[in-house]
Amino acid sequence: MSTITPQQVKHIANLANIPVTEGEVTDLADAFEETLDVVANLQSVDTSKVEPTHQVTGLENVLREDVVDEAHMFTQAEALANAKETHEGFIVVPIIIDQE
Amino acid sequence: MLETKTLKEVLDLLESGEITLAEVHKDLHTAISEKNDSLNVYLTVNNAEASPSTAALKGIPIAVKDNYCTKGIRTTASSTVLDTFIPQYDSTVIAKLKAAGGSVLGKTNLDAWAHGSSTETSQYGRTLNPRNPEHLPGGSSGGSAAAVAADMAIAALGTETAGSIRQPAAWCGIVGLKPTYGRCSRYGVVPMASSTDSPGPMTKTVEDAAILLTHIAGHDKYDGTTGDQPVPDFTKAIDKPIKGMKIGYVYHDIEGLEDGNKILAEQLKTFEKLGATVEKVDALDPHYAISVYTVVQRGEVSSNLGRFDGIRYGNDRSHFGDEAKRRIMLGTYTLSKGYADQYYNTAQKVRSLYIKDYEELFKKFDVLVSLTSPGYAKKVGATDGAAMFGELEDMLLEPSSLSGLPGINVPCYRDEETNLFLGMNIVAPMWQEEKMIQVADAFEKATPWNTWRNRK
Repeated sequence: MSTITPQQVKHIANLANIPVTEGEVTDLADAFEETLDVVANLQSVDTSKVEPTHQVTGLENVLREDVVDEAHMFTQAEALANAKETHEGFIVVPIIIDQE
Repeated sequence: MLETKTLKEVLDLLESGEITLAEVHKDLHTAISEKNDSLNVYLTVNNAEASPSTAALKGIPIAVKDNYCTKGIRTTASSTVLDTFIPQYDSTVIAKLKAAGGSVLGKTNLDAWAHGSSTETSQYGRTLNPRNPEHLPGGSSGGSAAAVAADMAIAALGTETAGSIRQPAAWCGIVGLKPTYGRCSRYGVVPMASSTDSPGPMTKTVEDAAILLTHIAGHDKYDGTTGDQPVPDFTKAIDKPIKGMKIGYVYHDIEGLEDGNKILAEQLKTFEKLGATVEKVDALDPHYAISVYTVVQRGEVSSNLGRFDGIRYGNDRSHFGDEAKRRIMLGTYTLSKGYADQYYNTAQKVRSLYIKDYEELFKKFDVLVSLTSPGYAKKVGATDGAAMFGELEDMLLEPSSLSGLPGINVPCYRDEETNLFLGMNIVAPMWQEEKMIQVADAFEKATPWNTWRNRK
């Protein structure tokens, strides 16, 4: 049995920038435990002689020329079209620097 | 009644001039307005009149899962985070569809962010299964599957990460084709697990899937994971005899699947009548794939969904639903310092074992078959309190998805009492979709289970 504490859930929520309520913390801890118990069977597989797979079709280091692709550019109006808050052609972002 | 036709039939009727595109448009929109309130298939309908085209698809409107960016048409991924998001560009698959003469009929419901196998986690309400509305359509491409099954579309596009095309296709009694990873571009598709996400067609017949796949596949400079393998005309695999082909029957002795396997074993005799051989063969236990997929998918989700911050587009992160929260946070946990080796790296190693297992199996067999889903479509509400619902439903599809292999669902049985379907999953080696199309088409034409081919 895996055990996940409410403190761990809150810590993870903070890392993932997900707002959670006290009630959700309990539910999430339960759901985490259920899921971690299911995936525990991975530890019983002998993987000592295998390499991990990250890319299934074997592509490596796919690069492109660093050139401007005009067919693929937004106009300023398009770039701003979905932003909630804009100011003189810029997107307004939240302050993340401590002001004190 | 043109909405009840297959893509091939509509193409032929347009070609001969017996019908016009305007008639197709009108019939589809009539069907949608009659059925959408009760089934909740489309989140957005594109009312713009389709323009006739001289290109291959002749202007025919196609239903599109609402996680493909469509220029000027709202794209939500069934999450209120993207409630007001109007993409300023088309995803590559949609651009290819349009270049081939197709158009967008509307945007179909899905599990929010494609996280699920029921369409119950959509923040815009669940979709119902048109075959029997007391049941779920499956998911995550449940809206696209339901659109096809309900004749609210001629054909549709879905996406699959591990089951999201084939499982809803099975539950709705239609054809769903998940191509090789990298065959169709992921560019402009709302990302889920980038190492397995695969766009693909969901259609009334195998031939229709082959037609659509031919037009949406191919290398894309905007998606570095697409392959540069040439794209064949997949319709060449239609009406091709399967005599002499070797078919391996996997997952035939999994506990809990006895009822489904009894039916499938009977249906597999069709292949023998057509001159192919069917042999039961053991494959690596799919139960480990549930774990591999859960860990890999949650990890990739936590990173992919980090971009949704409500600044450049969409709403802020408080809008994520319960399922997305669970997945993002579990992925954050399993990737965090001290746990990544235990979970993520181990999962990626077990993933290698599945790839090796398939390599061995394909030395002996042309294709592998199994049930698509453990059983029939579950009842509405089945996901309540079941954190692992989707993973368990998709168990038989996860090994091939994690290995990047192509697979196709064809209906292989219909229960007369409930009008629900069982599906057969046919998996082919990487980049060899033709083989599974050939086998699926032969089965479809030799059996009574395809609703459109065997209309009364």
